[in-house]
Amino acid sequence: MADDVKPRVKVPKSAAVGEKIVVKTLISHKMESGQRKDADGNVIARSIINRFTCDFNGENVVDVKMEAAISTNPYFEFEAMVPEAGEFKFTWYDDDGSVYEDTKTIAIA
Amino acid sequence: MRKLTGLKVPGALLATLLATSAVMADPVDDTLTINGETEIVVRTAAPEHLSGAMSEIMSGWLFREDDTRIMQADDFDNPGMIFVELAEDSWNMAEGSNGKSCADCHGASADMSEVRPTYPKWNETAGEVRTLEMQINDCRTNQMGAEEWKYTGNDMVNMTALLASVSRGNVVNVAIDGPAQSTWEQGKEIYYTRYGQLNLSCSNCHEDNYGNMIRADHLSQGQINGFPVYRLKNTKLNSAHDRFKGCIRDTRAETFSPGSPEFVALELYVASRGNGLGVEGPAIRN
Amino acid sequence: MELTRRNAMAMGAGALLIAGLPVRLSAAGEDAIAAFTGGAEVGTGDVRLIAPEIAENGNTVPIEVGSDTASEILVLAMGNPTPGVATFKFGPLSGSRTASARIRLAGTQDVVAIAKLQDGTFVQASSTIKVTIGGCGG
Repeated sequence: MADDVKPRVKVPKSAAVGEKIVVKTLISHKMESGQRKDADGNVIARSIINRFTCDFNGENVVDVKMEAAISTNPYFEFEAMVPEAGEFKFTWYDDDGSVYEDTKTIAIA
Repeated sequence: MRKLTGLKVPGALLATLLATSAVMADPVDDTLTINGETEIVVRTAAPEHLSGAMSEIMSGWLFREDDTRIMQADDFDNPGMIFVELAEDSWNMAEGSNGKSCADCHGASADMSEVRPTYPKWNETAGEVRTLEMQINDCRTNQMGAEEWKYTGNDMVNMTALLASVSRGNVVNVAIDGPAQSTWEQGKEIYYTRYGQLNLSCSNCHEDNYGNMIRADHLSQGQINGFPVYRLKNTKLNSAHDRFKGCIRDTRAETFSPGSPEFVALELYVASRGNGLGVEGPAIRN
Repeated sequence: MELTRRNAMAMGAGALLIAGLPVRLSAAGEDAIAAFTGGAEVGTGDVRLIAPEIAENGNTVPIEVGSDTASEILVLAMGNPTPGVATFKFGPLSGSRTASARIRLAGTQDVVAIAKLQDGTFVQASSTIKVTIGGCGG
């Protein structure tokens, strides 16, 4: 697991039934592209987060395949539809096998 | 530090570096409000000690493109804030032989809003001007019994970002008189000294030519009210001393080291040129 | 700039030079498109790509893609050493078929968004992003 990987997620605390809400996510990760060389001229191996998913109560919102051109500290913003109260689950999959997760609950207002 | 003084071409070199085309390069007319609630002073009258040099001081924020400015206006969009969160964990974590955390003495980080705006600051006990980094390391070694952090290391720059972030809404207000004055004078001397093969002083770019393009880069006033800054270029937080180092290196000089007395003095002087601008750290820059 | 005959000629020559530049075709990019579309024809239509005309630094370029009816959107940076950027698949609870991200561009180039629409057809939008190189950048 890469050092200092910290996910951040922004979701409203509540929504109306069927409301579309904006979700923002950011995770600290170096996203080593595999294109850089070290001081000795050796290629630094690729080490990125290669997939991000957001689900709500078990149903998918968005599933992103990420490649080397995603910037360091990957940021995504998208919209979700909230059919009921429940929990968002956010998952990031690292090249090294690590999985980072975060969850956010949302109430119906 | 090697200073080349024999060259007669620096004016021509600078003229070559500075684009002469009719690119619109004025700073934008815009206001910065963080999270829709915290107003930041990004443009104000220059402090008195700058009279004759410039009448208005402007944050580097005004010299950046729309997308970069927008990114800073919301703490979630600002990737620098993730490092503020890491520092918040560190703030509350006991470390060192005394088993103390920052919070044990200082309380909540949010209560530290008066600190960043006044640093670098004279420390009577030590008899020196101290940067925030020096004070943090003093706390770590003398109060906590913990190891010093590297001056520009991640832990340190994250902590200075936390202390800057809680001071947003306040304005820079460093003291330049009294016991700090001689350090301030030293910093001023460095600011106006030409360094390196390109024979450039800080003032050549940031006082004489702010607003102009240096190749594709929009020269700012070189204010440091936004530090530490998250740079799009290296996608991490950068301390003011690291930025000074980069600038001086680009004049093709050997630079001073981060944390050196020269850079402490320069930081005090450059900070004082921004007296009245809002604390912005962690700001976003290119 | 004063518009003199010489300047006008220079400008004309510049315009020719720009028009005459070949579109940089990336074999890997073409392959990635073919893999996504299965070789189907790619038209224009219900897909949007919002990107800055000038990126202040290529390391962090904000983009947004969107569509009203896409099930997936592939984003490619045609001038990067490896063109792949991301593929967004919109699930049943997506609130809209839009997404924003921050991406890396190795230099000035075309970024392409190709959407697979619900009816199975493919459409694309592209945008040229100029990546500036700083003066000092310290």
